[in-house]
Amino acid sequence: MQFRLEKRAEPSRLMLYATPVAAVILTMVVGAIIFSAIGYNGLGAVREIFLTPLTNSYKWQDLGVKAAPLIIIGVGLSIAYRANVWNIGAEGQYVMGGLAATWVALATYGMTGWWILPAMMLAGIAGGAAYAAIPALLRTRLGVNEILTSLMLTYASIQLIYYLVRAPWKDPMGMGFPQTRIFSEAARLPTVIPTTIVHLGVPIAVIVAVVAWFIVSRSVFGYQIRVVGAAPHAARYGGFSEKRTIWLTLLVSGALAGFAGMLEVAGPFQRMVPGFPTNYGFTAIIAAFLGRLNPLGVIFGAFVIALSVVGGEVAQTTIGLPNAASGIFQAMMLFFLLAGDILVRYRIRRVRPQNVGAV
Amino acid sequence: MSPDFIIAILITVIGASTPILLAALGELVVEKAGVLNLGVEGMMLIGAITGFVVAFTTQNPWLAVLCAAAAGVAASMIFAFLTLSLSANQTATGLALTIFGTGFSALAGQGFTGRPVELFRSVFPAELATHPVWRLVFGHSPLVYFALIMVVAVWYFLKRTRAGLILRAVGENDLSAHSIGYSVIAIRYGAVAFGGAMAGIAGAAFPLLLTPQWAERMTAGRGWIAVALVVFASWRPFRLLAGAYLFGLVMTIELYAKAGGGVLNFVPSELWAALPYLATIAVLVLISLRQRTSSSAPACLGKPFIPST
Repeated sequence: MQFRLEKRAEPSRLMLYATPVAAVILTMVVGAIIFSAIGYNGLGAVREIFLTPLTNSYKWQDLGVKAAPLIIIGVGLSIAYRANVWNIGAEGQYVMGGLAATWVALATYGMTGWWILPAMMLAGIAGGAAYAAIPALLRTRLGVNEILTSLMLTYASIQLIYYLVRAPWKDPMGMGFPQTRIFSEAARLPTVIPTTIVHLGVPIAVIVAVVAWFIVSRSVFGYQIRVVGAAPHAARYGGFSEKRTIWLTLLVSGALAGFAGMLEVAGPFQRMVPGFPTNYGFTAIIAAFLGRLNPLGVIFGAFVIALSVVGGEVAQTTIGLPNAASGIFQAMMLFFLLAGDILVRYRIRRVRPQNVGAV
Repeated sequence: MSPDFIIAILITVIGASTPILLAALGELVVEKAGVLNLGVEGMMLIGAITGFVVAFTTQNPWLAVLCAAAAGVAASMIFAFLTLSLSANQTATGLALTIFGTGFSALAGQGFTGRPVELFRSVFPAELATHPVWRLVFGHSPLVYFALIMVVAVWYFLKRTRAGLILRAVGENDLSAHSIGYSVIAIRYGAVAFGGAMAGIAGAAFPLLLTPQWAERMTAGRGWIAVALVVFASWRPFRLLAGAYLFGLVMTIELYAKAGGGVLNFVPSELWAALPYLATIAVLVLISLRQRTSSSAPACLGKPFIPST
């Protein structure tokens, strides 16, 4: 018996949404086998990573807090990737957003007022967008590949944190630790559910995704980025400027990453530390793909990634699984998803041997 | 500045540039075949941990380099299967490979952090390298000579051999190459495997040539710089060599700054650490000012091959 791939007239919508779920399930199955093969408790690892955070209600708040920045960054990336603009420097834009917000928090240290948090948000958004403007400028003016520039800027931004917390922003009472002082009350995000760690950023993330979905599916801007991404030539005939799209998508994805940086520094961190970049900018790429570059889908993708992060921490304490394991699970999900893409565009047909002979 | 000091700097520059040169040579061949593999950083990390573990357990650097190359090939085959056999998006798959390599190397490196390993030193007799000038010729690790030989070999292969011509044809016009009977997919598999082997060796050069230990993410973006260097070099091996040495110089400055080099203290050390990345952007800007890079890029770069039949 032989199999043959046959191109579908139109991409299968069923496969488009079934493959991410299948990728997660396959990752659990194959992950269990691989981790057993290399001497860990494979079944236990899958159970602790993918199930325990769901059944243990104490972990739900953790899931929400971890998913929030992934949703916000992932939504921005999904918009850029749809337009075939490969911003992979979200981590750097997240850092710059966090630094800009920190600057406002330190400048207003000791002050009170409702306006401080909105000012920090604006600073974070501006910081992320400004940092994404560099690859946008270089791409549109000089044709420099945005993948490389946005990524190089990420490495540079991390050095900027190191410098700022080591020298000018260092906490004078910090006993020599390279970190800023803890933000004053007015510069910290309030929690929305009392006695939990669920901060204002969590509901904001969901609102961002819904608003983005509305814009992408219902507005001319959304139509434009889809056309530019899918058919650049047609887009040019239709009067959509490619350069304008590059600018818009990079600025939007940078602004959202910067916003996420502000929410993180004002929420869970409450101060700037060298460990502020925690890979959200990179794992959000996986979240965006798992969500099929659809803002509402990104909520699902971010949730799955948050699951693997929180579960990874659980597995570390309960069965001694190294923290790096969750990164492998995340990469496997993306591999399986990309492999499954072929089912969206092609269908598998069984070919009987005699038919092959007759041709 | 004494001549000894200058020679010491030159030797550091050559060492620092070697991993980038190795990885970039591999990526150059991959891209010439029309494939864009952005997983170089991930394959390097897999090569680095493989090379480290083998060198640590067997004390045999030759075996370590060989195993690192094999590990790089294995990792590259994940990419090849997804992008060539299943025609998955190359950009996304390359990113996935880098994320995978980062996680894999961190997992495999558990318990090895900070353990020392023997450097892969020069194989020439020490008497040959007593004078500083001779040290510049004979004082390097075999990896350095290997990288230099590969520059010539890759140039010769692409420019002067029939196989190289076919590989370039596949990268410039896959449909024509297919229609005159060459297997585009098989040739691209071969190119990706070569890129994987070179990235694996480049990764092994980190513990064996630069810092004799394992550290998570020790390649620190050098794989991405290698990708940028291929663009900078306009897909030419000898220009790649010049570019790699330029970056070796920038990284050497960083090393001296970290060690507290007096003259470099006028700016914060973090700026020197950021310099290789900023220099990469500067170099990409410069090359785009001088020419339209798109014209020298292989025409089929990054596009999946789907025969019409």
